[in-house]
Amino acid sequence: MENNVKTDIDTASNGNTAFPGQVHNLPGGGLIISSFNDIVNWARANSLWPLTFATSCCGIEMMSAASSKYDFSRFGFEVARATPRQADVIIIAGTIVNKMAPVLKRLYDQMADPKYVIAMGACAISGGPFFYNTYSVVKGADHIIPVDVYIPGCPPRPEALLHALITLQQKIKAGLTREQIRAETKQS
Amino acid sequence: MALTNEYIKQRLTEKFGEQVQQFQEPYGMLTFEAPKELNLKVLQFLYDEADLGFQFLTDLQAVHYPDNKGRELAVVYHLHSLTNNVRIRFKVFTDISTPDVFSATSLFSAANWMERETYDFYGVNFIGHPNLKRILNVEEMDYFPMRKEFPLEEQTRIDKDDDMFGR
Repeated sequence: MENNVKTDIDTASNGNTAFPGQVHNLPGGGLIISSFNDIVNWARANSLWPLTFATSCCGIEMMSAASSKYDFSRFGFEVARATPRQADVIIIAGTIVNKMAPVLKRLYDQMADPKYVIAMGACAISGGPFFYNTYSVVKGADHIIPVDVYIPGCPPRPEALLHALITLQQKIKAGLTREQIRAETKQS
Repeated sequence: MALTNEYIKQRLTEKFGEQVQQFQEPYGMLTFEAPKELNLKVLQFLYDEADLGFQFLTDLQAVHYPDNKGRELAVVYHLHSLTNNVRIRFKVFTDISTPDVFSATSLFSAANWMERETYDFYGVNFIGHPNLKRILNVEEMDYFPMRKEFPLEEQTRIDKDDDMFGR
């Protein structure tokens, strides 16, 4: 009966501590056997630098998730950057209006590869409360840039943002993202 | 002596006669209108007179009255006399086919962005404005979204069906 119980639940700590490889202890030292891509992805996933990009109230929840009560630095997101050139992940926290759309595209283009996108909240997913009766709101940030993880909520709780960040880490550790695969197949 | 609405009204009538009209006091706030050609003269008068001193432009916006033929657009100035702590409201009306109103930027620097916003949403053409272009919306926009020819509710909307709300 014990065998049927799933012990390796994908918790945050479990997902973050597991090293992708095997350690062989030998006399006088040891060997690590792994694949290079796995190690690179493991390193990338545990040090994601978010870009501080908040266009409305979801930004307040993002600030809350960054500060002491929720503290997303526990999972490797503490180095929030104010410049896209040093950031790995952009959290679209808020409504994107038509006038902001070219700015968002430009910020995304300025980020260095590999880059990841989280759409936080109803507005960034679909326009949310502004889906109808609007002359100015973009109905989903994925009309402008590709999105890796969507977080529903209006605004989502900080726990939801933490879950999304951990989901993004798992996605990176699992291998290339959809967009990266598409870019690689385009080159060859 | 505190500045009263009656005194402001008396001073305006002395200066401009029958051209300032429609004096009202909704919630105690003096409201009046003047022909649009006179808007700068009235604002200047209210600004310069030492006993009035309306030197602070609190707000400036427009209203669209589609049924008001020949005077569809109203430009509303909210003025504050800081020395007397009195607020008044001043309106000029204009035809929507020629929405030309003199810019107040020479008198109030604060009018610059407010007039750009009013132009952006209502299409009021402020003559003499140094930089009259859209301020909040994208520059490619070719309509003025706050005018009432645009329906409030999107016609394709189906999720607000009364059946869903038991009406």
